[in-house]
Formats: sequence, C-alpha cells, structure tokens
Amino acid sequence: MARINLTVDGSQVSDDVEPRMLLVQYLREQLGKTGTVIGCDTSNCGACTVHLDGTSVKSCNVLAVQADGAEVTTIEGLAAEDGTLHPVQEAFRECHGLQCGFCTPGMIMQTVDLLKDNPDPSEEAIRLGLEGNLCRCTGYHNIVRAVQHAAGTTEGASA
Amino acid sequence: MTATQEPAAQAEIGRDRRRKEDQRLITGRTRWTDNITLPGMLHLAMVRSPFAHARITSIDTSAAKAGRNVVTVLTGADLGEAQGACINAWPVVEDQVTPDHLPMPTDRVAFAGETVAVVVARSAAEARDAAELVEVDYEELPAALDLKEAAAAHESGGTLAHPDLGTNVTAVWRFDSAEAGTGGDVEAAIAEARDSGILIEREYRQQRLIPAFMEPRSVVVDPTGEQITIWSATQIPHILRFALAATTGVPESKIRVIAPDVGGGFGGKLQQTPEEMIAFAVARRLGKPVKFTETRSESLLTAHHGRDQWQRLTLAATKEGTVTGLKVDLLADLGAYVAIVGGGVPVLGAFMFNAIYKFPAYQFQTTNVLTNKAWTDAYRGAGRPEATYAIERLMDELAAEVGVDPLEIRERNWINHEEFPFTTVAGLEYDSGNYEAATARAKEMFGYDALRAEQAERRARGDKVQLGLGVSTFTEMCGLAPSRVLGSLNYGAGGWEHAEVRMLATGTVEVVTGASAHGQGHETAFSQIVADRLGVPFEDVEILHGDTQISHKGLDTYGSRSLVVGGEALVRAVDKVIEKARPVAAHLLEASADDLEFSGGSFTVKGTDQGMAIQEIATAVFAAHNLPDGMEPSLDSEATYDPVNFNYPHGTHLCAVEVDTETGQVKLRKYVCCDDIGVVINPLIVAGQVHGGLVQGIAQALWEEAIYDENGTLVTGSFVDYLLPTAADTITFEIDHTTSPSTTNSLGTKGVGEAGTIASTPAVVNAVVDAVRHLGVNDITMPCTPERVWRAINDGSSGGETTEAAMPHFDETEGGVQ
Repeated sequence: MARINLTVDGSQVSDDVEPRMLLVQYLREQLGKTGTVIGCDTSNCGACTVHLDGTSVKSCNVLAVQADGAEVTTIEGLAAEDGTLHPVQEAFRECHGLQCGFCTPGMIMQTVDLLKDNPDPSEEAIRLGLEGNLCRCTGYHNIVRAVQHAAGTTEGASA
Repeated sequence: MTATQEPAAQAEIGRDRRRKEDQRLITGRTRWTDNITLPGMLHLAMVRSPFAHARITSIDTSAAKAGRNVVTVLTGADLGEAQGACINAWPVVEDQVTPDHLPMPTDRVAFAGETVAVVVARSAAEARDAAELVEVDYEELPAALDLKEAAAAHESGGTLAHPDLGTNVTAVWRFDSAEAGTGGDVEAAIAEARDSGILIEREYRQQRLIPAFMEPRSVVVDPTGEQITIWSATQIPHILRFALAATTGVPESKIRVIAPDVGGGFGGKLQQTPEEMIAFAVARRLGKPVKFTETRSESLLTAHHGRDQWQRLTLAATKEGTVTGLKVDLLADLGAYVAIVGGGVPVLGAFMFNAIYKFPAYQFQTTNVLTNKAWTDAYRGAGRPEATYAIERLMDELAAEVGVDPLEIRERNWINHEEFPFTTVAGLEYDSGNYEAATARAKEMFGYDALRAEQAERRARGDKVQLGLGVSTFTEMCGLAPSRVLGSLNYGAGGWEHAEVRMLATGTVEVVTGASAHGQGHETAFSQIVADRLGVPFEDVEILHGDTQISHKGLDTYGSRSLVVGGEALVRAVDKVIEKARPVAAHLLEASADDLEFSGGSFTVKGTDQGMAIQEIATAVFAAHNLPDGMEPSLDSEATYDPVNFNYPHGTHLCAVEVDTETGQVKLRKYVCCDDIGVVINPLIVAGQVHGGLVQGIAQALWEEAIYDENGTLVTGSFVDYLLPTAADTITFEIDHTTSPSTTNSLGTKGVGEAGTIASTPAVVNAVVDAVRHLGVNDITMPCTPERVWRAINDGSSGGETTEAAMPHFDETEGGVQ
C-alpha cells in the first residue's frame, strides 16, 4: 500500500492504495466518483478522461500513485459550485451531443482541454482532437457541433 | 375553476426539445450498473475457455480458493440446476435443432470465451487475480469455424460444433411467393430471364460485426430482500425476468429486474446472458449481493455478435430492367448457440429483400448454422440491413447491366405513392410512403447531377482519385410487432407494449412505459407526447421505465418499437385518463358531459368561458370530497397496445466517395439522406438517431469486422483491433425528411432507430464500386479496406476474403516489438 494525497474536484483526499491501482479505479471505487467511467481496457475509448493538473488524461492509463500531489478534475467537478454548467456541458446538451451518455464525461473533459489549446478549432481540428474518444451513439456529428457551439462558432443544433 | 387557458404557444409534437436526460449525464450523476455498491457486496470474475471447442476434463479450484480474499470458486457442476439455462425464444421451425445452453457448461465448451468457473472475492481485482489460479484441463476438439463448411458438415463428414447433434444446421426456413399465394413462380421468372432477359447472379458476404455498445455489460444481484433484485445493463428487463423465472424455478413474482442507466445496446443488450444467470445463481447460493462487470475484451469476445451471412442471390429482369423475380439463399452463422432471437434474425430479413419494389415473384431460404464462435443475434437492424444491402447492391448491378442510372432502375421498379397501401410479394401490407418525394429531395440536397458531371469529367481525364456515387433507397419493417404475426412465425412471445398514466395529487404526472430506453431519449419524447395530448406542461411529466417493480408489464426496447408501439400505448392510456376525468369535470362544472370539450389540458363548457384544467381535476379526485356518485377516486389509467401491422419507414440515401486508385483508400466526401419516418415527435432526437445509425452502417461498409483465426480465437478482441470509427474517420451529414404519416397508429409515427444503419451500408459500397466500375470491378467485399479496393482494381476480384489475422503487433522476422 502507498499513501497518496491529492485534490479531486476541489476536495483534498488522502488514501492508502495498492501500487497497481489505476486512477480511474481509485476515483470510482474509493472516492465514489462514478461519473467517470471505464469503457475499455486498452486506453482506446477515452470514456475515463479527466484532467490531471489541468491536462486531459485517460485515467485508466495513470496509476493512482502517479496522481499523488496532483489536482484532478472529473466531470463531477466541472460545473460551478452553484450548479452553473460549464459552457462545454451546456453545448453538449444544446446540440444533442450525447445519447446514452456513457462516453460523454470523457468527451466533455477532452473537449474542454481541446478548446483550451485551440479556442477556435476548425472542424478537422475538432475531429482529430477527439480521435481518442469513442462514441457509438451519435456518429460524432452532433459532438462536433457541440464543440463548435462551445467555441462560439455555430448557432447550436440543427435538426 | 378557472377560465379557459390559452393553448400552449408551441405544440410539443415536432418541437426540438433539449433532452431531460442530459442534465444528469453531462454532470456525471449517473446510475450505470457498475456504479452500484451494496453493503457486503462480493465481486465475480469469470474463468473463460481459451479453446473454441474442447472437452473439460478437470477443473482444479484449490489454488484459487486459497487466494487472498476469495470467498469461493464455483463451477457449472457446483451450481447444478440453480444456474438455469439460456433460452431461445424463437425456434424458427418446429423441428429446429437447438443445443442446450447452460450458462456455465460442465463438460464441453463450444466457443472461446465461454465461462467454465466463477471466482467470488471481496474485490474485483482479487477475483481476477484468483481466476488466473484456476487450473482447467481441456481436451481440445476440432472446431467448426467456416460457415460454408459447417453448413455441409452433416453430408461431408465435416466438423460438428456440437457432435451429439449430428448436424450444424439448426433450421431451414423458407418462403416462396407461389406457395404463399403472394406472387408467381420464381424459377419460371429465372428461366425466362436466362433465355431472353437479364439475370444477375451474385454472392455477397455479410461480415460478422460486434455491436460494441460503449458501456460494458454489468450485473448486480441482491438476494437479501423478499424479491431478488437484479440490476443489469440490459435492453430487456422484462424478458430477463421471464427467462430467470422460467429456467431457475424462482417464481416471477420473487424477481425484480432493474435496467438503470444503460449505456447503449444496438441489439447487443437484447440478450439473456450467461453472466446474468451465473450472478443470479451465485447470489442466491451465498445470500450476498454480487457484482460482475465485464472488461471490454470480455465484451467483444462473449457478448453476442451480429450479421455473419453468405447471401446467394439471383435477380431476374427484362432487358429493359423490370425485375421479374428474386431468389435468395442464405447461410446464417448463429455461432455456438441459438441465442434468444438469433435464429429469427435472418427470418426478419426474409420480408425485406423485395424492399420498395413491385417484384412479381420471390423466394427466400435461410439455412441457420452452428459454429464454434460467439453466438450471433440482433445488431441494429437485425436481418433488415442484410436484406437491404443485398437488394440495393443488386439494383445497382442491374442498372449497370441495362446501362441506365441506378436511380432510374429503381424508379422503374418501385411502388408508386398512389399505390399505397400496397401488399408486397412477401405478404406485408405497406401502409404509406412516397419514394418519389424522398428521392427527389435527396437528389436536390446532394446535387446529384453536378456530381455525376464531375465523375464523368474525372473519369475522362483519368484522375487517379475517382469519384463514386452510391444510392440506397431503403424501407424496413419495424415496430415489432403484431403478436398474431409473431405467433405465426413461431416466436415465443407477443409484441404488444404497455403504458400507465398516474395523475398525482399536485397535478404532476407519472408515466410508466414498458419500453426500456438505453440512450434513445424516451424521457423527453414520451413527455412531449403526454404533454401534447394531456395538455400539461412538459416539465410536469415524469417518465418511469426499466424497473419491473414500477413497470410491471412490458416487452422492452428493440426493433424500432418504442415510439410506434410504446407511444401508441401511451396515447391510449392518456385518452383513458381524459375520459375518466370527463364526468368529474361535468360534475364540478355542473354541466352535461356531452357539453364539454377537451383541449389544451382543460375541459370547457361549449359556448362559455367556464372550464377546468385536468391537473385541477386530479387534485379534486385525490381529495375525493365531491365526485359523481359511485365514481372510483382515481384517474390513473393503463393501456396495453398490440400493433395491427409493422411500420414501414423509408428513405433515399446518397453517398459520394473518393477512391484513390493507386492506394485503394476510400474517403467519404458527401452523405445526404431524406428519410420518411412519418410524423416526427422531436427532430433533434431523430437527427441523432439518424447520424448514429449512419455511422454504424458506414462502419460495416468500410471498417468493422470480427475476425477469428484458424483456431477459433477472436483476433479482433480489443478496441485496438476492432475498428470502431472515430470522429476523425467520419464526416458531417446532411439529413432531411419527407412525411407520409403512418396510418396504423394515432400519431402517424414510424420507427427511426435502425433506419440509418439499414440504409447506409449499401449506399457506401455502391459508391465505392461505382468509383471503380469502369476499371472492371463489380463487387468489393466488406469492409472495403484499402487492400481489398486495391486488389479489386488490380485483379478484378472482389478484393479477397478475410484473412484470419489481426493487425500484426509484433514483427516475427525481427523477433521483437515493432
């Protein structure tokens, strides 16, 4: 067991974890942060994407011990404390960028990071920027619209 | 009592409401099955066979039992009859050969991935650790893997998937229009075409696909209450409860099944799984809650696959391109077991090969075959994509033979809009449609003529990147299904749906549906229907589903049935509420019931401004202080609706691709579709269904295939090897609708969940073939990989069969990692 101290969604947490425990397992099993989900075992799907010190990571690809001393933000910590949604969350709803919602936490967290790096992305840049996040429901059409909407480049969904 | 309310400013039906579901999903407040943790809960890990076919000679669990925090390790023999059985609900013929399917077999495994032992431990990680310690001795048996060889094994002395059955053929199901009295003799049509017309003979491969829903399957069983509660990532909580009761002897009334948030299904969660049965048995045995969540690799390996057919097709036509007959001979790979509706999937396709056309003669036969691979069952479209692919590819071949545009050949053969209702050669009555209108709109959106001109220009100058245009004019039968028809097809259940409307004391409304959403947006669309019909605010309607204790009756969600069958049940339940409220309104308004009009949520006395809202009436009925004599103090109503017909959406899909003739690379350039799905409840949700469906169908055309090697090992067993499309592979779509309301339900709606998938696959392959047809190519096997396209261009073949290998991870010549 190894002792880790970190900040998750603004709260300081401290736990003893097995060295092999993945960050996503720590978030889900130990902290109850079940908003972050596991969709694969080969780091292809991106459903578990969170921010580690402000950068998006696939939390199935990070050991919990590697997050020691870090600041982690999950989908559950993205909205403001008063419940005001993050613009990317709002954009996904506005543009119907989700259906079953399982990939959505990862998609939203990846989009936030993508727009931080490139606030005015082209459609191609959006598609390439989300290549590591799989969705089986939307065909990506409305996810791309949502990212454009969040970037302020479109008027929301067209049915 | 209030004065008449103004009608709502905007009608709910047809409004692009943002979804109610989303607030939770975008903030991570979710209830996936794997999120559930109960006091004292134990975790399961499955020990799975690495062999496709083997006798189990011994299982030594002693080392695993000694593992850290292991509670027990159980085999099929340990669980005995308590493990129940996996059922086949649709024996397609009376004499179907159906192998027994134990969740955990005791003596022989029939596909790689089948569970032979289950480890129970205090944590999932410890259960998996101990699973590695279970020693299973196998005596490997020859495996039946090739579909064509397996189909002939009983005659050729070939390998049998289940040796004691004596054959791999489980059923031969046949339809012949001459015998059924729905059309002429197909052999006569073929003979005539061979003599003096056009005969197109082709064999197409429907590769094996994996539904690959994003949420891996998970099941939690809590046996500590009076009812045993099962949470499962399933599309079919009601059918699962039935199957559990029917095969374990636990009374149905002692079982509660909950499908909480379910992360996609696409038919892949339309199953009663061995894992659900094992978890149920273990929880009962130990008296403790248990959880099993599969890994993605386990999901790809063992959750049922889809498609996997060989299609032998003969299309007879006149020289002018009028089709005179179609003969279809299928081989369908069911995998190791006949899944819950596995054998019925090709039969669902039987009614759709004639598609939108007026074929005078038709014959269909499917031979359903067992092999030692994962079982197959419904995957988005289930039988209908296969049929649509075959006929839409053939119509393009016929057009090429006649030398006319593919749309022209379709027009010569399709049902004109004045001819509806139209009884097809397969015996179905299509209620409504307008193929001309949808096609005209699609052509306009596509810029069809301009693209044809560009294609001609690029051909003329020998551009190395050629343009191809693909057409698919599809229809489908959905809204499963009239119970009497299902009965005539030997299906084990009905096709009705149930709904209940509860008027709460404060005026809000709870609506219970037997449909079970897993991403479709029922909460939103159904709220719109109820809000519209009952005249209450959208926000006041709560949709409840997916829990057999709340929704005691239902047949769940698949086959694009939720709106057209479940929605109609909802309409009827709402109408009953209104009729129950009418005498109360009359009593309270001191008017005759005959003088009341109901609109915009209120009863008004004709010719006055006196009225009363239904929500006020609900409060009055709750108080029950002043009701008509003898009236039951409740407005709550339920309805069970059995559809009178299937439902027939249609559409015209047009695809443009660019094919690099030097590399075989296919690039999507443009995709437009105009679907006629009748009256649209929520255009935003409909668009999402179409987009997602399109990409799944396009993925079959270009990328996805489940591949087994010569030992029966799935080599596409992870997302590294099974090519799910990404955002970077796909494009923006242009979609629109024409509207021919269905005449068989009150709202005029048609199904949309499967439309995009059914239509898009042939549109894409037709486009790819069209791009290189001038180079002597008339077919390319799916998925149309660059290698296959390149081969087709260079040797005129269809690109070659699937090689039994995945992407190489290691360079064997180097002996190291690449």
